[in-house]
Amino acid sequence: MYLNQFLLLSVFLFCAGMYGVMTRKHTVLVLMSVELMLAAVNINLVAFGAHYNDPVGQVFALFVLTIAAAEVGVGLAIVLLIYRNLHSSNPDEVDVLRG
Amino acid sequence: MAHPWFLENAWLIPAIPAVSFLVILAVGKRMGARGAWIGVGAVGVSWLLSVGNVVQWIQRVSDADDEGAGEGHVEALRAFGRSLARPFAESGGEHAKAYVEPVTRSFSWFTNGGVDLHVGIQVDGLAVMMMFVVATISLLVHYYSTEYMKGDRRFTHYFAVLSLFTASMLLLVVADNTLQMLVGWELVGVCSFILIGHWWEEKPNSDAAVKAFLTTRTGDIGLLCGVIMTYFVAAKGTGDGTFNILKVNEAAQTLGQDGTAKSLLFWCAAGLLLGIIGKSGQFPLHTWLPDAMAGPTPVSALIHAATMVVAGVYLGARLYPVFFQGFHIAGGGVNLMAAVGGITVIIGAALAFVQRDIKKVLAYSTISQLGYMVMGLGVGAWSAAIFHLFTHAFFKANLFLGAGSVSHSGAHHGFDMVSDMGGLKKYMPRTFLTFVIGAAALSGFPLLAGFFSKDEILATAGHNDYVFFMWLGFIGGGMTAAYMTRCIYLTFFGEYRGGHAHDDHGVASGAADHDHGVASGAADHDDHGPRESNNTILLPLYVLSFMSVVGGLIFAPLLFDVSGWSFFEKFPEWVEPGGPGTFFVDFAGGGLHPEFSWSDPLYATLLAALGFGLSYLFFWRHAFGQDATQRRPVLRKGKTFLENKYYLDHLYTDLVVGSVKGPIAAAAYWVNQHVIDAVLRGTGVIVKRVGQFTYDWIDQRGVDSVPDGLAVGTGSFGGLLTRTFQTGRVQWYALLAFLGTAGFALALLLVS
Repeated sequence: MYLNQFLLLSVFLFCAGMYGVMTRKHTVLVLMSVELMLAAVNINLVAFGAHYNDPVGQVFALFVLTIAAAEVGVGLAIVLLIYRNLHSSNPDEVDVLRG
Repeated sequence: MAHPWFLENAWLIPAIPAVSFLVILAVGKRMGARGAWIGVGAVGVSWLLSVGNVVQWIQRVSDADDEGAGEGHVEALRAFGRSLARPFAESGGEHAKAYVEPVTRSFSWFTNGGVDLHVGIQVDGLAVMMMFVVATISLLVHYYSTEYMKGDRRFTHYFAVLSLFTASMLLLVVADNTLQMLVGWELVGVCSFILIGHWWEEKPNSDAAVKAFLTTRTGDIGLLCGVIMTYFVAAKGTGDGTFNILKVNEAAQTLGQDGTAKSLLFWCAAGLLLGIIGKSGQFPLHTWLPDAMAGPTPVSALIHAATMVVAGVYLGARLYPVFFQGFHIAGGGVNLMAAVGGITVIIGAALAFVQRDIKKVLAYSTISQLGYMVMGLGVGAWSAAIFHLFTHAFFKANLFLGAGSVSHSGAHHGFDMVSDMGGLKKYMPRTFLTFVIGAAALSGFPLLAGFFSKDEILATAGHNDYVFFMWLGFIGGGMTAAYMTRCIYLTFFGEYRGGHAHDDHGVASGAADHDHGVASGAADHDDHGPRESNNTILLPLYVLSFMSVVGGLIFAPLLFDVSGWSFFEKFPEWVEPGGPGTFFVDFAGGGLHPEFSWSDPLYATLLAALGFGLSYLFFWRHAFGQDATQRRPVLRKGKTFLENKYYLDHLYTDLVVGSVKGPIAAAAYWVNQHVIDAVLRGTGVIVKRVGQFTYDWIDQRGVDSVPDGLAVGTGSFGGLLTRTFQTGRVQWYALLAFLGTAGFALALLLVS
């Protein structure tokens, strides 16, 4: 099996997502980056599942997909509300909880 | 006799309102105003079931009397219960009463790490009593709300959450393990959050909801720790870790008597007590309760009488052996629980004097009365404390619904006694009558409900060597009578002052007017002067004031010989696990029910009469000191102190939140601008910026501020950490979380 290739792809996706989460100046893009990270995790799960010949990996990947769908729903609702209340979708400007 | 059907199936009681919640959510909108009747019907059925429970439980108690103890598996606890049961001969002429086995049913919920978690029911006297109270109050509140909330913009939503609220509280009540109690407890918290913020469009309302949620949540930290520790208490005491309440109690009792694991018991009790402090509005976390008045009035009645705040007291009563042994309640003197309750009695009563909002008077009164209950538990007056819970539920719901009736029909939805009310006695005679009965019961007017329950707590406190707390309670009783007199005077006597409210409805008297939701849907509410409410509102008031009058009799001392069956002195027999006699025999005096003596009720009545008399002279006769608070600086300062609620809110918002937020915002901004960018640009820049940071902070500001003296605290290490990390920016947090995780991963890699 070519486990390494999948893992490298996963690492790349994860880092891209991580970078996006921390640097994007638009909340929707941040959410998309989170999706990227989740995709990386899914690849990992499926790859290891195939490697060890264990279906649990795929089951978990499916779980992650469903939960991610719900998470995007909630996330977009939050973004919408933030925009409505603060008139901004730049995460840097949302600092009501500033210490 | 096999287990009776109603007791066996007590789980139906919380299940039915829970189903009703789902049904109302699903179809309620389409049914319009009729959707409310689903909720009323469901709670009605629950109420019938709870009455069935009461009947069968009483049956069970008398059966146990005849036959001795039933069968059961918790041997040691049963023996414990028997050892507590004392001959009833001195007071009632009956034979010794056996321990009454609770009806329990449970099944495995899930197993995790070898720990088997259950859901189940444990029906005993305490739970049956509590179910009856909750179902009764909730049924009346549901019915009352159909009129009070008529035309509200979220009418069906309101009833759905009200049903869930009831269901969660009942779930907590029947729970047979502490974990399940915790679930009910949190659900109650969520529902109260939703209902307090029912009219969330206005900022003060949603703020109040958030405040209630966060303040009780502070206490829940302690509760969670306490609940986890109950597992270890059980493990230590019985050798078998479990959350089962019976087992935990048994273990706590064993450990306490052996004198082992003292600190475990103490911390477990302390953690649970913190939960009680948060939920039951005890000092110093009581500040959310008055703000919770932002919710609709029937919700306030429900929160204060049956579902929310008494959850804490119920927890205390349910896990009593843990507190009893953890705090050495049998020892007399002072303990944490009694101290918290005692302080709360006095400060709550004092605050009630300076409120203009009728609901806030009642809210502080609730705080004070909850103080009595917690103090009662703290001084070993178990049955008296829960009896006070029982009577208080009726008269406080009575008063709240009465206040709602006044506001709904007499004061244009205002709650300000000074600007919206006054002279309502002639417009609303029936509401007036029920309100006065409730107030008299609350103040301990002889032979009404509050008289018996409060005196029982105080007499037991005196009996158990808690004389100081007994006198605190007497003084609190006098204050109660005085502030309720003031409240009645301002609301029902004098001239009607609410005539202007029609013009500026919606902004009238600032925070007092919460009922905009109603006004938008039913404009006809505004087109009348003060008048009596209709029967939908009055009926619950009649029922509750009836209960306020007779509710006390089931714990009334048997002063004269009644042949045959009577209600007198039945409460301890039905509710206490050990039957009449004692609950715990560890007391030096030998029991929790002192002999009746005339002196205690006499003192209480005299002090209440004194409070009433002073209030009467002050308000009706203007006998003394009308503008004393203006003339005397000391009194003025005292009043300001009270009006600011002991500055506790300021302490919490300014000192606790402010030390994180206030003067440091600029510095945090500086860190944001420089440090974050630096991280992103590269290491070399970081080094430079950190140098800059050190220079700016330690050298410039640090040294400069030493002469000021003040800035030393601000520039301290803790503050520095806070303002570096609490930037409020999500991406900064994400970075920190990532760095932390990466650090751990690296450490793991290096170690292994």
